Amino acid sequence: MHQFTLSRPADISAAIAAHAQDAQLAFIAGGTDLIGLMKDRATFPERLLDLNRLPDMSYIDAPSGGGLRIGALARMSDVAAHSEVRSRFPVIAESLLFAASGQLRNMATIGGNIMQRTRCAYFRDEDDLPCNKRRPGSGCSARFGLNRNHAIFGWSDDCVATHPSDLAVALTALDANVLVRSPGGQRSIPFAKFHRLPGDTPERDIVLDRGDLVISIEVPARTEGRASHYFKLRDRQSYEFALVSAAAAITADGGRIGSARIAMGGVAHKPWRLTAAETALRGVSLDDTDALKAAIAASFTEARPLEHNVFKVELAQRVALRALETAGARL
Amino acid sequence: MSDVQQKATRRNHERKNRIKETAYPAQAQSDVRTDVSMTVNGSPRTLRVEARTTLLDALRDELGLTGPKKSCDRGECGACTVHVEGRRILSCMTLAAMHDGHRVTTIEGLEGDGDLHPLQEMFIEHDGFQCGFCTSGQIMSAAAMIEEAKAGWPSAATVDVTEPFTIADLSKAEIRERMSGNLCRCSCYPNIVAAIAEVVGRR
Repeated sequence: MHQFTLSRPADISAAIAAHAQDAQLAFIAGGTDLIGLMKDRATFPERLLDLNRLPDMSYIDAPSGGGLRIGALARMSDVAAHSEVRSRFPVIAESLLFAASGQLRNMATIGGNIMQRTRCAYFRDEDDLPCNKRRPGSGCSARFGLNRNHAIFGWSDDCVATHPSDLAVALTALDANVLVRSPGGQRSIPFAKFHRLPGDTPERDIVLDRGDLVISIEVPARTEGRASHYFKLRDRQSYEFALVSAAAAITADGGRIGSARIAMGGVAHKPWRLTAAETALRGVSLDDTDALKAAIAASFTEARPLEHNVFKVELAQRVALRALETAGARL
Repeated sequence: MSDVQQKATRRNHERKNRIKETAYPAQAQSDVRTDVSMTVNGSPRTLRVEARTTLLDALRDELGLTGPKKSCDRGECGACTVHVEGRRILSCMTLAAMHDGHRVTTIEGLEGDGDLHPLQEMFIEHDGFQCGFCTSGQIMSAAAMIEEAKAGWPSAATVDVTEPFTIADLSKAEIRERMSGNLCRCSCYPNIVAAIAEVVGRR
């Protein structure tokens, strides 16, 4: 790795102030993504600010009235093992348990997890192949290269990468918010608006600016999460990023679906909500597989597969169905 | 040609020129090292490291603890697994300077008073290795994994995460899933799983 300095901020305000005025400064917490990116020469921050000792940022708070608050420094393994998270929001626990390895889950934080960068092999390539995320303007090697693992929704000619976080998919399905603090104050960003589509600025994965620090993740009290499930399909059974994944959370109305929320991973530059399918699923019986399939298909008319990932269009619909049915079994 | 082969071919083709073009930031002109104090295998140690020194490099190069192995150096293989504050982590993916004041245990600190840890005994008993390069990481990972299971942590192999988990639920399928962060190039997986299973009383 290149030379850099490492220091600890006195408190959150000091961390934010330092970040706001220093374009060469990066926050580090779990470090599992940033250190890999530095080793792969994809980023060269001159100064790192170690956030790990900031107090009161590792909490997991599940109030009895509903909802969930998770501090940005909470570790993946602690959230996944938390009894209230498991019983009230199984989709969150499952998305974490199906990600990374036992060692990495003990290191990686919730805040870092949702901001991890794409696993596109061209972006990660230490030989510096053309990549608009790595070097804006250099071109996209995956657009006409090897793009089996890439997007089928929302991509641009400048970038066809997918977002790798499993947790972000679950939180998107739960209508969670990201609480962000900056020198100007605090704001809450709905998960659906936290990650960006690539457009012609794919170097920006998320909407945060310099001086922004993720403080916590919040699932609103109104969100019903008990009947939820995260289903992840991988090229190997364990310790792998998603080929395609789906997070589903549903409520019942009589014997039928009252509301369904579905988000997918491995298909776009951001967690991808199946909005049209969610509308079509209202009032459908969970026992009527054909009707469920037809409703899910409503979100795939806009799919635009690439040369090597045509299979994802059908696979993603099956994965969504499986997530929906398993969530339904928890009603 | 497979995807990997195609990529490797292009890589070799472009490597010579690209390496020359890669811009490295300037290297430091003065001593940029800082002191880090840790309790390593029960003993207080202070070492002088650069900010960029990983915990793995510090343990191996500064303290001479070569049990933790440097294999992929990217958090993919698990050979560098050590315990920090009692938890298994990958020492290649964290900076030594982030662990000031922490308690670190390597394979060298696992045995006590000359007695092998039960996992070490069972890895020998079950031939849980051939070349042995991954073994220290496997054993450190397994030791902490058993504690995680005792603490009731579920895994991706757990049938229903909404139900409580106990050590009695630690089946061989659970062991395989929980150990998936440790790769074995010799593919001794069946014997590794058998060794761990025996330690927790599963056959």
